[in-house]
Amino acid sequence: MRIVNHPILTFPQQDMVTFTLNGQKIEGVAGEPIAAALHAADIKVLRHSHERHRPRGLFCAIGNCSSCLMTVDGIPNIRVCIEPLRAGMVVETQEGKGKII
Amino acid sequence: MPSQERFAKGPIALFECMQQIPCNPCVDACSRGAITVKEINDCPSLNEELCNGCGVCMTHCPGLSIFVVDYTYGKDVALLKIPYEFSPLPEAKDVVDALNRHGERVGSAQVIRVQTSPNKTNIIWLSVPRELAMEVRSIRLQKGGHHES
Amino acid sequence: MITTEILVIGAGPAGLMAAIHAAEAGARVLLVERADRLGGQLIKQTHKFFGSKAEFAGERGMDIAEKLINWSSDVSGITIWKNAVVLGIYPDGVVTISHEGAFCTARPKKIIIATGASEKTMAFPNNDLPGIYGAGAVQTLMNVHGVLPAKRILMIGAGNIGVIVAYQLLQAGVEVAGIVEAAPQVGGYRVHAAKLQRHGVPIYTSHSIQLAHGDSCLEGVTISKLDEKWQPIAGSEQYIAVDGLCLAVGLSPLTELLWQAGCEMKFAGELGGYVPLRDANMKTTHENIYVAGDVSGVEEASAAMVEGKLAGLYVASVLGHKKDSFTKEFQTAKSQLAALRSGPASVKICTGLSKVVLEEVG
Repeated sequence: MRIVNHPILTFPQQDMVTFTLNGQKIEGVAGEPIAAALHAADIKVLRHSHERHRPRGLFCAIGNCSSCLMTVDGIPNIRVCIEPLRAGMVVETQEGKGKII
Repeated sequence: MPSQERFAKGPIALFECMQQIPCNPCVDACSRGAITVKEINDCPSLNEELCNGCGVCMTHCPGLSIFVVDYTYGKDVALLKIPYEFSPLPEAKDVVDALNRHGERVGSAQVIRVQTSPNKTNIIWLSVPRELAMEVRSIRLQKGGHHES
Repeated sequence: MITTEILVIGAGPAGLMAAIHAAEAGARVLLVERADRLGGQLIKQTHKFFGSKAEFAGERGMDIAEKLINWSSDVSGITIWKNAVVLGIYPDGVVTISHEGAFCTARPKKIIIATGASEKTMAFPNNDLPGIYGAGAVQTLMNVHGVLPAKRILMIGAGNIGVIVAYQLLQAGVEVAGIVEAAPQVGGYRVHAAKLQRHGVPIYTSHSIQLAHGDSCLEGVTISKLDEKWQPIAGSEQYIAVDGLCLAVGLSPLTELLWQAGCEMKFAGELGGYVPLRDANMKTTHENIYVAGDVSGVEEASAAMVEGKLAGLYVASVLGHKKDSFTKEFQTAKSQLAALRSGPASVKICTGLSKVVLEEVG
């Protein structure tokens, strides 16, 4: 969910762009981190761990911890908490270490 | 805590800042020089005669720990000014739930004025039953708004 | 190879102040920041800061960030690189940097490391479930990007970060189920805790989280009461249904570059973990490496700003850039820092500093 009214901050309406998550179309704000767009769409499971296939989500949101690795435009292990969203991005929930080729 | 005599003279600031932390913006906020913080970790001390209860210090306090009370406001009611940083703001004449320091409803208060501040720490002027003036420290809007619980 | 007099790594409160004051003294500075914006974690601080006027007290952290960012762009002599990650500091003085994805090398005369800190996590079953965040992550989502992290959140840790972020959650319209604190009392400033309590947020002191529940995402947590030896009391468990859990259990200095450069490090739990030994002028045991801010010990942002100023002024002076007002400004900054650390709230910090500062603090 996005914040509309806030006592201190203002969040002006911004242009939305479309991208896909596992083939499903989702809208987000261009330039915001992919993870923010996914959270706004209530999507929190970003990958599954490589040994026990446990769901993993966002933890630090500033590129420190690598909890949020996803496959973006075919490239695995993208920290989506700091990767800016662009129109048409193909985002996939990452399984394990991801496929390099 | 100011004396009964001082309360009888009109509005005055109340400092609920009892812990020694490095902080002194209230001193610079007061144009009357009524507030002193000797060493930056000292708690503020108020010159009760210089304070006129204007409430400017309330908007500057990072801890939102300053309130203003005026017992001369009415016969059965007191005027209480509280800092408020939530959205939406109440409007003048609204009746709101009056909450104590633990967030429990202790009665109703009427909003007298909403004084907005450029730094977004707004001041709500409330008319509260006299006996609740030292208890009420927050409000909850009675209808609408996403902060209701 | 880029040549510069001073390389400042990290553009948070400490790095910005260091760059500004070094450049104002006349030094040429390269300020590198790994993120795509300056200001570090200041940009998400919607609350008003403590301290005194000299540290911008009474102003909101995000407004202080804006001030420092504008100031840094107004000062001539600072080159700013965003999206610039420092990869290594080599024995010959060469620093490698990935800037906008391109590999660069720099050879600064002096380096000020102001890389800040990262959030700690906590061990409990299912602590990896989506919906469990560091407190800073929650701030980033709501205060920078305007996205709510959850509908109902439980906060772990009643230090300043815990109480501040819990209040910010309320302001954003999130229900705060409570704050859980293992210690018998609130560690953060009591005025911050009071702001939450008067809005009805319960603070569970002497409590800790036992485990998180949920299938693919967090659905709830079990907390229990702790005895005086901090052990969970059997039968005191309670389940709290939440879709968000926020961990505010401390920060660790981001010291990788200092280790790599061979600076002598020491463990000081009071300062968040391993920190570099350094003198009162912020110089490490490495002749050309200085530090400022949380990387030299986790503290409040107001202290980080003053440390940045000290480091910036001092390093510039070592390189021969000394303003007429140097002695006065430097001494004022030192007394500012000493004043900030003089109260009972700073006892822990001072204990930590006494282990790692090679001369007397202040």
